[in-house]
Amino acid sequence: MIPDGYKPFISDDHFKKESYKKIEKIYAKKEASLLASISAAFDEIPITDGMTLSFHHHYRNGDLLLNMVVEEIKKRNLKHMKLAPSSIFPVHKPLVELIKNKQVTSIFTNYISGDVADSISKGHLKDLLIMDTHGGRARAIETGDLSIDVAFIAASAADQKGNANGIDGPNPCGPLGYIYPDLYYAKHKIVVTDTFIDKLSSNDIDSAFVDYIIKVSQIGLSTGIESGTTQMTKDPVQLKIAKDTVKLIKALNLIKNGMSFQTGAGSTSIAVSHFLKEEMIAQKVQGSFASGGITKSLVNMFEHHLFQELHDVQSFDLDAVMSYKNNKHHHLMDASKYANPFYKNNIASQLDIVVLGATEVDLDFNVNVTTSSTHKLMGGSGGHSDTAYESKLTIITTNLVKSRIPFIKEHIETVSTPGTSVDVVVTERGIAINPLRTDILDHLKDSSLNILPIKTLYQKAVSLTSIPKQIEHKDRIVGLIRYRDGSIIDVIYEVKS
Amino acid sequence: MRKSLLFIPANHPGMLQNVDIFEADSVIFDLEDGVALTEKDAAKDLLVSFFQHFHLKDVEKIIRIHEIHDLDIIMSHHIDTICLPKADVSSLKLLDKKLSALEKKHKLDHQINIIALIETPESILNALEIAKQPRVNGLLLGAEDLATYLGVKRTLSGIEIEFARNMVIYAAKAVGIDAIDTPFTDTTDLSGLTKDIEHAKALGMNAKACIHPNQIETVNHLFKPSKEDILYAQKILLAKQQADAQGLGAFSVDGKMVDKPIIDRAIHIINASKE
Repeated sequence: MIPDGYKPFISDDHFKKESYKKIEKIYAKKEASLLASISAAFDEIPITDGMTLSFHHHYRNGDLLLNMVVEEIKKRNLKHMKLAPSSIFPVHKPLVELIKNKQVTSIFTNYISGDVADSISKGHLKDLLIMDTHGGRARAIETGDLSIDVAFIAASAADQKGNANGIDGPNPCGPLGYIYPDLYYAKHKIVVTDTFIDKLSSNDIDSAFVDYIIKVSQIGLSTGIESGTTQMTKDPVQLKIAKDTVKLIKALNLIKNGMSFQTGAGSTSIAVSHFLKEEMIAQKVQGSFASGGITKSLVNMFEHHLFQELHDVQSFDLDAVMSYKNNKHHHLMDASKYANPFYKNNIASQLDIVVLGATEVDLDFNVNVTTSSTHKLMGGSGGHSDTAYESKLTIITTNLVKSRIPFIKEHIETVSTPGTSVDVVVTERGIAINPLRTDILDHLKDSSLNILPIKTLYQKAVSLTSIPKQIEHKDRIVGLIRYRDGSIIDVIYEVKS
Repeated sequence: MRKSLLFIPANHPGMLQNVDIFEADSVIFDLEDGVALTEKDAAKDLLVSFFQHFHLKDVEKIIRIHEIHDLDIIMSHHIDTICLPKADVSSLKLLDKKLSALEKKHKLDHQINIIALIETPESILNALEIAKQPRVNGLLLGAEDLATYLGVKRTLSGIEIEFARNMVIYAAKAVGIDAIDTPFTDTTDLSGLTKDIEHAKALGMNAKACIHPNQIETVNHLFKPSKEDILYAQKILLAKQQADAQGLGAFSVDGKMVDKPIIDRAIHIINASKE
C-alpha cells in the first residue's frame, strides 16, 4: 500500500531507536533587504519551477499571504511547485486552480480543510499530499527531509532590519511558533508585513535569519484566527462528555498542584477547560502549565492563577494574543520545542493530561482526525499524534453517535494517531479505557463512572445506527499520513465522485 | 420516587436519540406545547417509530398528550405514564377510562400511571381531589400557564406561585404521591435554578421538571438526600431494629422520641439515597 521510497510505521516509540541528525541552520548572508513586492522577491531569489515554498498558518482562515504568492506563481506560469504551509484553510481556495493546472504538484501540510482539501480528495493534485504532525514537520525540516527553498513569514509587524513578530501592528495573530524550523533551515527567508515599527514589543523573528522584507497593504485578518472555535459548546451531549471527562480526571486524582494540561480549540475542549477550572478552584489547586494552541479559556485559567505558565505555539483568539504580549509567563513555544520527538524534554512530554478530539476511533483505539467517515480530507493531525504519544494521560472525547453515524467503528477510514498512544475515549454513552493501561483500569475499578469495554460502546453505537456500509474509494493514493518519526502510518485515497 | 423529569419535544429526532444519556429519572415526550400544531401528526408518527426501535431502560417514559385521542396512535407497552395537561377531575376520569380500554386492547402487562399537570386556578383549588383520582401518582405544577391565568408575571423569587406550590405539595403528600415542581425556564442560569430548587424543596417538593438536559445534574443533586440526612435516617432505622428486638414500642434517638412518621421519613430518605 505504501509507495516505494517511504518507510512504514512500526510503533509510536520506534523513533527512540533512531539517530537524529540536523542540517546546519542557515543565517542570512547580509542584512535583510527591503523588496518592493512579492513579485520582486520572485525575481531577486529567483523563484523558479519546482521550488518548495513554505508558510505558517498563524492567521488561520484570515491568512492573505499564501494567496499573494499563489497569484504570483499563476502570473509567472511556474510549474511543479511544491508548497509547505503548516496548515491550509478555506481562505486558500485560489490554490485549487494551480493544483488543477499542475502549477502546484505537491503539498506538505499538517492540517487541511475547505476547497483545497476537496480538490485533493478528488485527485487533482499530480503528486502526493504529505500530512505531517506539528512535531513531525519540525523534524522533517530540521533533518532536511523537507527541504525548503523559500519561507514566507507573515508578520503583523517588523522593523527595518527584519526582526518581526505576530503581536504588534493593527493585525496581530499571536506568537509565531510554527515558523521557526522554516526560519532556521529554509534557504531563503522573507518577512512579509503590513506594518513597520522602530521598536518591536519583542523580536520573535530574529533578523539574523531574514534575507528580505516586503511591505504589503494588509498581511492578514486578525478575526480569521478564531475560525469559529472559541465558544464553549451549548450542546448538552457535548457538555455531558466534557463533564464526564473532568470527572474522569478527578477520579484519577490528577487534579493536583503542579498538574499540566493541554486541549484544543474546539467548543467541547473549551467546555472541558471550563469544568476543569471549576474543579481546580474547588480543590484550591495550582497547575504548572497549560500548552498548545492557546484560547481565551486557558488565558482565563492562567489569569486566575490556576496555571503558573502558558506555552503558546499559536493563539486561537485575540485574548490569547494580548496575554502573550503583556504577560512574561505566557511564553512562545516553537514547533520543535513543542512536540518534535527528537527534541529532548519537549513541552508535550511534560504534559500530564491532554484532551483531544476524533472523527472516528476503532476498537484498537486508533484515531482518525484526517478524513471524514466518507474518506474526504477534512483535517489532519496537527499536534494530535504528538501530544497523544507524549502526554502521560491521553483522553479522546467524541460523540458515540451523531447524525446517525457511529464514531466508534470496527474499521476507520484513516489512522492519524495510533491506538497505543491513546489511553481513554470518553463518549456520551460511556468511557472506554485502553486495555494497555491496566494501571488506569485498576485505579477506576470501584469508580461510579460508566466504564465499558470499547467493543460494548461500539455495539451500543451500531444498535442505534446499524453497521455503516463500507465506503468505497478509488485505488489511487492521493496522500500519505506521515507519523511524527517520518514513517508512513496510513494512506489517503482519491474519493469516488 | 422521581427527582428529575426531562421534557423533550416529540418531533425532534436528534433529541430523542439522546434522551437516555442525561440521567433523568423520567423523560416526558411532549406532544403538547413543545410541538407546533402543524407538527403534531409528525411527532406522533416519530414517537411510535422511536419506541419500536429504541428500547429505553432505567428511565420512566412519560407522554404529555395534546388530546386524549393521541393515545389511540401512540399507545404501546413501552409507555409508563401519561402526563395530562390542565388536568381536572372529569378529564382524569375520562383518561382513566380510556387507559383501561387501551390496556386491555394492547394486552399491557402493567398499569399506565398518570401525572396530573396542575396549571389553572381551579385545579390548584381542587388539587386534593385531583391527587385522589385513580392512577395519579404525581402532581406537576405548571406555573407558566397558571401565571397567565392569574395575570401575573413570573419572578425569580416565585412569590406569585407560593400558594400554588403549597397546594400541590399538601395535596400530593396527603395521598403519598410525588409533588413535582414547575420547570425553571432560564436554561443558562444554574445558580437561579439552584435557588429555585432549594426553595421548592424546603416547601416540600420532591422532584422538578426540566426543560433542558443541562438542568438535570443540578436537580438530581439537590433532591438527593444530604449525607447528614442519610446518616440520621440510618441511626433511626438502627434504633428501631434494636427497639423491635427488645420488644419496645416507643424509643428515642438523640433524646427525641421517634414515632411512625419519623420512621417513614427515614425509610424514604434511605430509598431516595439508593436511587
